[in-house]
Amino acid sequence: MVELTLAATITEPGSTIKYKTGAWRAIRPIIDIEKCTGCGNCWVYCPEGSVDIKDKKATIDLDYCKGCGICANECPVTCIKMIMEEK
Amino acid sequence: MIFGMPEEEYFAPGHRACAGCGAATAMRLITKAAGPNTVLVESTGCMEVVSTPYPQTAWRLPWIHGAFENSAAIASGVEAALKAQGRKKDINVVAFAGDGSTFDIGIGPISGMFERNHDVLYVCYDNEAYMNTGIQRSSATPFGASTSTHPAGKESKGKTEWKKDLTHIIAAHGTPYVATASISHPRDLFKKVQKGIEIKGATFVHILAPCPTGWRSDGAKTVEIAKLAVNSGVFPLFEIEDGKHVIQRPKKVTADIREYLKLQGRFKHLDEKDITFIEEQVKKRYDRLVKLAESGL
Amino acid sequence: MVRSVMEASHAASEAVKLIKPDVVAAYPITPQTHIVERISEMVADGDLKTEYIRVESEFGAISALVGAAAAGSRTYSSTASQGLALMNEMLFVASGMRLPCVMNVANRALSAPISIWNDHQDSMSARDIGWLQFHCETAQECLDLTLLAYKVAEDHKVLTPALVCLDGFTLSHVFEPVDVPDQKTVDAYLPPYKPLHAYVDPARPVTQGPIAFPTHYMELRNEQNEAMMNSFPVITQAFKDFADKFGRAYDFLELYRMDDAEFAFLGIGSECGTLKVIVDKLREKGEKVGLIKMIVYRPFPKEQLLEATKDLKGLAVLDKAISVGFEGVLFTEVRSAHYDSDHKPDLRNFIVGLGGRDIRYEHVESIYEMLKSGKGKKIEWMY
Repeated sequence: MVELTLAATITEPGSTIKYKTGAWRAIRPIIDIEKCTGCGNCWVYCPEGSVDIKDKKATIDLDYCKGCGICANECPVTCIKMIMEEK
Repeated sequence: MIFGMPEEEYFAPGHRACAGCGAATAMRLITKAAGPNTVLVESTGCMEVVSTPYPQTAWRLPWIHGAFENSAAIASGVEAALKAQGRKKDINVVAFAGDGSTFDIGIGPISGMFERNHDVLYVCYDNEAYMNTGIQRSSATPFGASTSTHPAGKESKGKTEWKKDLTHIIAAHGTPYVATASISHPRDLFKKVQKGIEIKGATFVHILAPCPTGWRSDGAKTVEIAKLAVNSGVFPLFEIEDGKHVIQRPKKVTADIREYLKLQGRFKHLDEKDITFIEEQVKKRYDRLVKLAESGL
Repeated sequence: MVRSVMEASHAASEAVKLIKPDVVAAYPITPQTHIVERISEMVADGDLKTEYIRVESEFGAISALVGAAAAGSRTYSSTASQGLALMNEMLFVASGMRLPCVMNVANRALSAPISIWNDHQDSMSARDIGWLQFHCETAQECLDLTLLAYKVAEDHKVLTPALVCLDGFTLSHVFEPVDVPDQKTVDAYLPPYKPLHAYVDPARPVTQGPIAFPTHYMELRNEQNEAMMNSFPVITQAFKDFADKFGRAYDFLELYRMDDAEFAFLGIGSECGTLKVIVDKLREKGEKVGLIKMIVYRPFPKEQLLEATKDLKGLAVLDKAISVGFEGVLFTEVRSAHYDSDHKPDLRNFIVGLGGRDIRYEHVESIYEMLKSGKGKKIEWMY
């Protein structure tokens, strides 16, 4: 039974969070947390919004990270490495 | 606040954009700049499709989609309704669309909205082709780029027309504020979107959003490519406010166009003659822009 | 309530003044122009407070309507012919998004060849857009049915946009006496629009117009169809309330001298005036003939039609539109409606009045002759 809303309106904002795009990944980012300065480059450029900066350190939510590598490319202290996902 | 921007994500993760999508980054930044008291009116295209796969939505703001060519026309109606309801001063109206919608099929309705000067910010996320339908040529596609409807081949070098100068076409409507921005310069983009919203009347921000899928580039280099586009003069960042040009970047060309072209497979068929032509044209247009800015025009 | 003589176009404008839309989108096309011009005069004199958008095309008009309705406002526009055709894409969007927009259509023939004169090709070719469709015969009906259309469209059980059609020139530009109701009674009949699902509220963000995959689309379209099928009782009640408040009774079909009719005409719009004159003439000669005037075309009033034709020997279906490659549009639907009925009168199709061709008494008399005698082709073009 398909659940419908009137005129296909969606009243649950941001419900795409139920879809974990992290499963798309072939390579994943690893942050060298000691070198991280919390500059925010990775946060600002991430297409997914999967980066969080807390206490001047970056963390990546692997539930949504698609492994594009922009964060690693834009990190000014090159503290992010992209490695192959292991099966 | 991070990077001088609110932390709230109004464009939620879990959307279906490609890995490395420049437009997705643009969406995050635009909505942060617009804030929660905003209604978004979007045209059919990449960002619309990847963000609203029924029954899910990535949007944490009111969002309306009608058809492909008419986010400006629909936004005109939304603005008028909010005015009639006495709520326009409390709610920002932001229309946004890709380059296909903005430069080509939507140009009529856009002209109407700007001519009537509705209090709406129109944002174009420009990935330089009809990306959502498979990388077909739009009038925003740069000269020499290979697309699926104008591919490079034995008798073709890709697009034969220069990129349409839509920014100046919009400015010719007498709009109070028109600007170009790039995802590579997020603070500048953020400021310009906020300015476009604050300034009353119809305003326009044109954002360069590289597409690794369509540009045949490494997804990791999306921001780097946008930066090269700006610093080589291919996509200068400027404003036309009350009819006067102000250039933000580049103050001086610092990047080599060849570095920019080299990173993208859509240009790999170009020969020395083509690249020289592009260099000459980019320089000509950038120099003209500088002259306009310097003469106070 | 004030009675004055006015153009039917202006009767529609008076309706708009009374229903007080938040947003009016106006783009001119012959023969609709008088409607929107009169409304703009009302705005210029402060008699109507509305956001009047002078859009850049009909496509801009319907888009603005969708935007305003999606933002929770009552809206109005009007068009004809090429304009309606240009709106086509967005007409489906409006109904798919279940937005209760209402538009007058001053029926006009479609190009090519270009024609500014009346027929029903524009509204008939829009029969599948998912909008309610009403048709007016008189200037009074132009006011009344426009008002009524809002009541039905905005009902939370319906939430479907509506077209209210009036024949271009043959009705729109005709002067007739019209009772213009007072604002108070109209307000009692038609309360302010209360959006159910379509609104803009940052505190409750709603996504409107998503992409629906094959997993959901069909059910959504079915829901829309169900809503229109469920509008029958809402329309019936709206007619009843209208009669109570304004003293004029309407129904899905107007049955003119049908009580003991053996033969009848089926007509839509202003041609019914001519048809009524001939029915009276024939009746004087002792002919048992009547007229079924279709006021509601969508939803298609199948039950009402079968009830009206149940004792007929023959029915002449007058079509002011042709589905090229087949037959008159209304004829196809009438025939289909009768297919499962125990009683099938002789159904005849008469193509009339295309491109503004005058529908004369002689045409109607000739139609009756053919209907009664059985002579002539199944589909006759009445030049």
